[in-house]
Amino acid sequence: MSEGSTGGAPRPRPGITRDTAFFWEGVAESRLRIQRCVDCGALRHPPGPACPKCASLAWDHVEASGRGRIHSFVVVHHPKVPAFDYPHPVALVELEEGTRFVADLVGVKANAVEIGMPVEVEFHTPAEGQTLPRFRPVTDAG
Amino acid sequence: MTNLLSGKAAIVGIGATEFSKNSGRSELRLAVEAIRMALDDAGLTAKDVDGMSVFTMETNPEIEVFRQIGGSELKFFSRIHYGGGAACATLQQAAMAIATGVAEVVVCYRAMNERSGHRFGTGIQNLQAATTTESSHYGWYAPYGLLTPASWVAMFAQRYLFETGATTEAFGHVAVADRRHAANNPAAWFYEQPITLEDHAASRWIVEPLRLLDCCQESDGAVAVVVTSAERARDLRQKPAILTGVAQGACDDQQMMTSFYRDDLTGIPEMGLVARQLYEQARITPKDIQTAVIYDHFTPFVLCQLEEFGFCERGEAKDFVQGGNIEIGGGLPINPHGGQLGEAYIHGLNGVAEGVRQIRGTSCNPVADVENVLVTAGTGVPTSGLLLGQA
Repeated sequence: MSEGSTGGAPRPRPGITRDTAFFWEGVAESRLRIQRCVDCGALRHPPGPACPKCASLAWDHVEASGRGRIHSFVVVHHPKVPAFDYPHPVALVELEEGTRFVADLVGVKANAVEIGMPVEVEFHTPAEGQTLPRFRPVTDAG
Repeated sequence: MTNLLSGKAAIVGIGATEFSKNSGRSELRLAVEAIRMALDDAGLTAKDVDGMSVFTMETNPEIEVFRQIGGSELKFFSRIHYGGGAACATLQQAAMAIATGVAEVVVCYRAMNERSGHRFGTGIQNLQAATTTESSHYGWYAPYGLLTPASWVAMFAQRYLFETGATTEAFGHVAVADRRHAANNPAAWFYEQPITLEDHAASRWIVEPLRLLDCCQESDGAVAVVVTSAERARDLRQKPAILTGVAQGACDDQQMMTSFYRDDLTGIPEMGLVARQLYEQARITPKDIQTAVIYDHFTPFVLCQLEEFGFCERGEAKDFVQGGNIEIGGGLPINPHGGQLGEAYIHGLNGVAEGVRQIRGTSCNPVADVENVLVTAGTGVPTSGLLLGQA
């Protein structure tokens, strides 16, 4: 089955700001980072300059374990864009740390995906110079 | 709380071009045609227009449209962001301008060649990655293949099915109702083309759990509405549709199409906020509404809206839509014009026009004894809604 490989067509590139660069720098090193408020410790994603809970502008980040569960998912069929293989499953994963993150799902047939399924992050290189996270179901053996 | 807006303004004119897949003319010309028709309908001229309110996605600037219709003095112009969420908010702008005396006759319009020109459903893969806040937002989705409105809405729809125990057949009931109503509307693209639940279930996947027949059309066309004071409306050509409530909403952790990080993904809190404001402004309850134009770019959010407006309990829309309850003759007929699945996708402004026709009693599918009509705007985005009542 498809592993979400692309034959080299680059994925759409993200717009990166000063508030989000830390995340993409982490991805380049195959690390999944979550922004953390320095003052109240709350984790947040997507990242931003201010803590919605305590208003602090001070933040750093933690490295996620990469484990989580599928909170919701879709299977994209249309339109077919060259950088992707279809049908293309995409998951909204609730990470162990409590924040949610969207990425491709591989290693499972589209019709076998279920909400609640445990998954783990891995990193792939869909095109030269482009690293992205994706999720794979955790197998019993794993 | 004193409300200074309810009942102050009225929609007095509506106009629309034909709805097609290839208009054969510019978006600017479509805007001009629809506005001229709306002004004629009201018995007003371009010289009476002193305000305009439009969507930020509108490609025809107010000043150019105003020049083309032969306007002379424009005292108020405003734009509302967030796609189809602006549909009813443009009317709020108009009502506020009129209630405060800033303007007297305000035109709201939406003109687009959304099928023959730029199609929203083709994806944002070529969107320029920039260092702006809005561009970086899409960076959380586009690299992973969530490129279209259908893909973003499907994420909510899947969780909704999981939590409510509904099946995709519930989505089908919305599609069937829209298409039944469109079948009786000569202006609808799908005139005389009703569908069945079986047709819905057999239609191809776009983004699971959304099928083709869960997705609105792509349309070319324009709609314009003319708003003035309730007082002046009394002397005009048409029976006025009074704006008894009109509100916007955006809530905590609000995102453009991707509010995936809230505890609960089965509701639309920003539409709940709109609902509370509308009921408070108009001093009515859900049972006082005879028909509703529920924004239907994708069928699942119609179910959520029925719940947010209190027509049924949370998670029970799947039962509410059964047995023709949302069709003509049912308890709450929705989208009597055929909605954006059946009539056309004009970013919700064609739904406002249908609301006016229901108040006037001139709809192709008139609902009996209409006192109050609800119209909602785009969902999954910061949104808006309005209530129309009899003079």
